[in-house]
Amino acid sequence: MMKRILSAAACACLCAPGTTLAAGDDLNALRTQIEALKRTYETQIKALESRLEKAESQAEENRAALREAATETSPPPAVQARRNAFNPALSLILQGSANSYSQDPDAYALGGFQLGDEAGLAPRGMTLDESEMTLSANVDQVFYAQSTFALHDDAAGSEIAVEEAYVDPLALPAGVGARFGRFYSAVGYLNQMHSHAWDFHDEPLAYRAFLGRQYGDDGVRVTWTAPTDLYLMLGGETLAGKSFPAGEAQSVKGDVQTLFVKLGGDIGLSGAWQGGLSLLSAAVHDRQAAPSPNGSVSLFSGDSDLYIADFVYKWAPGGNPDQRNLKLQTELFYRRENGAVEVAQAAAPAMMDYKGAQAGGYAQAIYQFVPHWRVGLRYDRLWADNRLRVSDTGGFATAADVLAQSGLDDQGHQPHRWSLMFDWSPSEFSRLRAQYNRDASRPGPSDNQWMLQYIMTVGSHGAHLF
Amino acid sequence: MDQKRLLVLTSLLCLGVVTNAQAALRVFACEPEWGALATELTGGKAVVYTATTAQQDVHHIQARPSLIAQARRADLVVCTGAELEVGWLPLVLRRAGNPRIQVGTRGFLAATDYVTLLEKPQRIDRADGDVHAAGNPHIQLDPRNIQRVAAALGQRLGEIDAGNGEFYRQRLEDFTRRWQAAIQRWQRQAAPLRGMPVVVYHRGWTYLNHWLGLKQLAELEPLPGVAPTSSHLAGILETLKTRPAKAIIRAPYQDPRPVQWLHGHTGIAALELPFTVGGNAQADDLFGLFDSTLQLLLGVAR
Repeated sequence: MMKRILSAAACACLCAPGTTLAAGDDLNALRTQIEALKRTYETQIKALESRLEKAESQAEENRAALREAATETSPPPAVQARRNAFNPALSLILQGSANSYSQDPDAYALGGFQLGDEAGLAPRGMTLDESEMTLSANVDQVFYAQSTFALHDDAAGSEIAVEEAYVDPLALPAGVGARFGRFYSAVGYLNQMHSHAWDFHDEPLAYRAFLGRQYGDDGVRVTWTAPTDLYLMLGGETLAGKSFPAGEAQSVKGDVQTLFVKLGGDIGLSGAWQGGLSLLSAAVHDRQAAPSPNGSVSLFSGDSDLYIADFVYKWAPGGNPDQRNLKLQTELFYRRENGAVEVAQAAAPAMMDYKGAQAGGYAQAIYQFVPHWRVGLRYDRLWADNRLRVSDTGGFATAADVLAQSGLDDQGHQPHRWSLMFDWSPSEFSRLRAQYNRDASRPGPSDNQWMLQYIMTVGSHGAHLF
Repeated sequence: MDQKRLLVLTSLLCLGVVTNAQAALRVFACEPEWGALATELTGGKAVVYTATTAQQDVHHIQARPSLIAQARRADLVVCTGAELEVGWLPLVLRRAGNPRIQVGTRGFLAATDYVTLLEKPQRIDRADGDVHAAGNPHIQLDPRNIQRVAAALGQRLGEIDAGNGEFYRQRLEDFTRRWQAAIQRWQRQAAPLRGMPVVVYHRGWTYLNHWLGLKQLAELEPLPGVAPTSSHLAGILETLKTRPAKAIIRAPYQDPRPVQWLHGHTGIAALELPFTVGGNAQADDLFGLFDSTLQLLLGVAR
């Protein structure tokens, strides 16, 4: 249509100068010429138009054919019809072990360190370790929630503990992540992992000494991941301070603050690594140490700053871990504590000034040599340099008694341990493990520790951290 | 001290927003076949990152830091779905801090949503091995499935990057034209393969069998995802004595030893097929993948 108007306009332009030469025959000749011109244009335009129409319908046909080829058998996404289809993913982890010790497990202590309530050895003989139940689901388009309930026995009977119960916002932009509720702090490497994902039956000595086995608390975390090829994550947490290494929560903003940075990447196709630095700073109020073998109880109040460096390297030929793979892992800890310790046995408590500088670490290697079979070796060591001054002996006879009961006197001994592990995993969901520790946590003869362990996972397929 | 920390954090956040604003479309593909398809359809208008290689078992990938770093910047994630990546992808997505690519958004495309899955199990029980409740997720070896995913992906690219919508539509048309022609050619070439008996390592060739009419006699894995055992191999050896196969097929990431053992005892050809893009030198794109697969199969068909 547009073209016809254009050509008509062109004709008009051609005609316009013609009128100035108006004269008899010339005029008639001009008219016939114009008529002829008009006819030729019209036929040409018609031809063009029909070609255009043809091309258009051809293209439409092609598109329709392609659309048909592209969509003919695409079914609509599957629809879940059942009413309980919205139930959260559920998984249950069953763990148990049999343990043998050559020294008395009830007299366990780490020279120079006060242990938290949870830290210690598993009972002698056959025992059910923690059973965990994890539920998780997207709450809605904005939140994801997950909780883990742990069932375990203590002196009073069976106990259900809320190990984790947290919410992650899903829609935060620009690499920002957050978590609130109860969760394991992101400091260090192993702290965030549930015990069933550990490569040994027991925790490294440094975790036992500095984090009360594993530090989880109620609070808020914010992280930011950089938009770079190198993985770079910065984060911080503020936590209530209700569990070891803190004591009793007192301030609204939380008694424990953490800061951490994690870096990671690949080395070729076969290697991947992650390293991190963390700081955990706690204002401690009345932190209770596990009762010493003699039954005395210590309470610490003061400041505690813990620094952790961690590094993990994983190797698998061509990045395919099915046949063989290797995992190297190490973490180093340094802690400074400053405050007062109250030691109580029966009557009046003793008071002590305490300035501690402690360090520790472990290094371990896990190697899968054929599918389903792994061996592992780990070495642990701790150092304590505590300056102690008894200001009031209270009900104790001498200052030396107070020192001995506090557990903070290392008696010139540096705790260390060698561990050897062997495990078999017929699938991702089950694992049987044998482990031997030569443990020199205490002064005196080393403890020969033998452990057999099973870990069974039923229910939904969980995804594990790197 | 606290104020300083806050300042550092805020400035880093701003940096994040700024660096995020520029840059071309970024596609994160879980498997090489979807990476190759995204490359075909975006024709240089996007940066395509492929998370795995043909030498890796996609069931067993770890949520490595490098994957999280890539997902952090992605505008579109293209994966197989049907629980193939269940052991690592949910964690990568949750840790990425990137709302554009979460499941259910336009930035996440699961290929198996657009394909009819085979081998949907009647019974969901881990005693049956690594079964996928939605059906067999290894859909990439039927080229008609690739076409279906291409159509969905082409449309999705246009939705996410509307400015280049017309470009992606043309790329899809162009790809479809070439792909349909190639399918015709492959189907002509593959005529001698119809009914050919084969043994496979893992249940990863179902869609190839379905397309070409190959007859699968046995799997080397006693259960999906469980490594071959000597007793199971001995059983297959017995079967093959009465019903011989033409080839024992495995993917590059699978252990060659059980295949070699069976080859040694039966003389049946041990065949390493590319399985996905990058599985051998010839399979350097989607066309090469099928060219190579057919060529290798035809080599043992006679």
